[in-house]
Amino acid sequence: MAVADFEPVIGLEVHAQLLTRSKIFCGCSTQFGAPPNTQVCPVCLGLPGALPALNSGAVEMAIKAGKAFGCRIAERSIWARKNYFYPDLPKGYQISQYELPICSGGAVPVPGLGRIGLERIHLEEDAGKNIHAEGGSEVDLNRSGVPLIEIVGKPELRSAEEASEYLKALRLSLIYLGINDGNLEEGSFRCDANVSVRRKGESKLGTRVELKNINSFRFVRQAIEYEIARQVELIEGGGKVLQETRLFDNEKGVTRAMRSKEEAHDYRYFPEPDLPPLLVSRELLDSVTVPKLPQEVVEALTAAGVSAADARTIVGDPRLVEVHRRIGGDAKRAALFVVGELARAVNEKEADLGALKFDPALVPAVWKLQDSGAISSTAAKEVLAELIRTGEAPEKIVERKGLAQVSDTAALEVVVDAVIARTPAEVEKYKAGKTNLLGFFVGQAMKELKGKGNPGALNALFKKKLG
Amino acid sequence: MAIDRAQVRHVARLARLALSPEEEERFAAQLGHVLEYIERLQGVDVSGVEPLTFAGDAVGGIPLREDEPRPSLPRDKVLAQAPQQDGKAFVVPRIIE
Repeated sequence: MAVADFEPVIGLEVHAQLLTRSKIFCGCSTQFGAPPNTQVCPVCLGLPGALPALNSGAVEMAIKAGKAFGCRIAERSIWARKNYFYPDLPKGYQISQYELPICSGGAVPVPGLGRIGLERIHLEEDAGKNIHAEGGSEVDLNRSGVPLIEIVGKPELRSAEEASEYLKALRLSLIYLGINDGNLEEGSFRCDANVSVRRKGESKLGTRVELKNINSFRFVRQAIEYEIARQVELIEGGGKVLQETRLFDNEKGVTRAMRSKEEAHDYRYFPEPDLPPLLVSRELLDSVTVPKLPQEVVEALTAAGVSAADARTIVGDPRLVEVHRRIGGDAKRAALFVVGELARAVNEKEADLGALKFDPALVPAVWKLQDSGAISSTAAKEVLAELIRTGEAPEKIVERKGLAQVSDTAALEVVVDAVIARTPAEVEKYKAGKTNLLGFFVGQAMKELKGKGNPGALNALFKKKLG
Repeated sequence: MAIDRAQVRHVARLARLALSPEEEERFAAQLGHVLEYIERLQGVDVSGVEPLTFAGDAVGGIPLREDEPRPSLPRDKVLAQAPQQDGKAFVVPRIIE
């Protein structure tokens, strides 16, 4: 295969909407899903004379990302106008950061890949949205001015798979930081990929192509894989890769050149005259706290005895981490509950992680009932399932469903003696060495006890009496 | 520095301006004068001088606003000025990409 002779070089640019309540340069709400053009004002409509006023929340979230990934946070960063014409950009320019971004350097920890370097993270405003309609396009400017950070990764990724892993790790990190909702479908987390190939051993980078419109993890892999194969084929055939922007067509699974390429990359950046430089004081920098990143939570869980696979599953959803934390007690046992009973209930739509009906702190009470022999392990599973469904206290569930197990020796002995008395033939065979009949005796006793006998206690009693 | 008509056309296209051939000629000359002036400015020795990116750079940076949503404009007012709209959105010529 020709592809094997080449090394792909991939760098990703991610646009992440910040979870502020208001827009970056005006007080309009950022709430998703409002009717079109109901969250706009003179600033985000680009009306003449309107002046931007920077949202402190957006600045703090950008700093949070920078601190989490070990970036250098600039004491002074400046704003720039990026000029281009498009119907969703009412001012004719986007306010962004160009020469002096708020964060530079740093790296994102990616499981299995180590740390993937970052060039920079900068603040900017989002554009509006075009809705394609009959006879024309509709423009909704609710999104115009929603704060974004653009996270520019170094070209350190070497396959579509690595790109996808990096993206997943970055997305989860931003969710843990509480600064982005990670929603690819709604477009609050978007990715462009720069892809080039070079012959193995070559140190010079090949000509890169920018891929756009890749709004799912699957499309990221498909688009990059297609693009790598396309570039290799082109070079092998004696051709040259053109520096261009290509769109991924997810229906056909191919990338194709954008038609308007003469417009590309002549943004005529210049310093934004309406905004003074952003100064980040020591005080502001220190006031921004950074919670644990997913990788650190995985490490903490495995150190507490949770298996690596279960830890990764739990960390994949911060709500599961929260449930696990609230259960408390034995971390491993709590993890088994979270990836077992709870995950099953969520799959079967009996539980909603966004609105749990039960207090996770009640789970250890079920374990206690099981460990003391008050209920069987089978009954314990039933109690947990019922707890998830109803939120009822475990003791109440045991009582209501009659799940209490008979462990009282005196009560069990009566039954054991009765079984021995009415099965003389089996007793004889057992005594002659057919010890696997023990299961038969326990089964008979269980039947009598309607399944509520403590199997361990019954086993021991039969052994003692027949031994 | 001279600037030719092709460069004028490129800049005009980026700024979405339609120029007549006479205008292209005239602006090529005028822009050439502007660039000459800039060239003379570039002759000034500014080594050791920090670039000034904002006229108020000395005032202590950008004031920050609290992250508090405020009321937006009523939609009928927003759309009233648009050359074409459908009651919900601005309507523009079909965008094909």
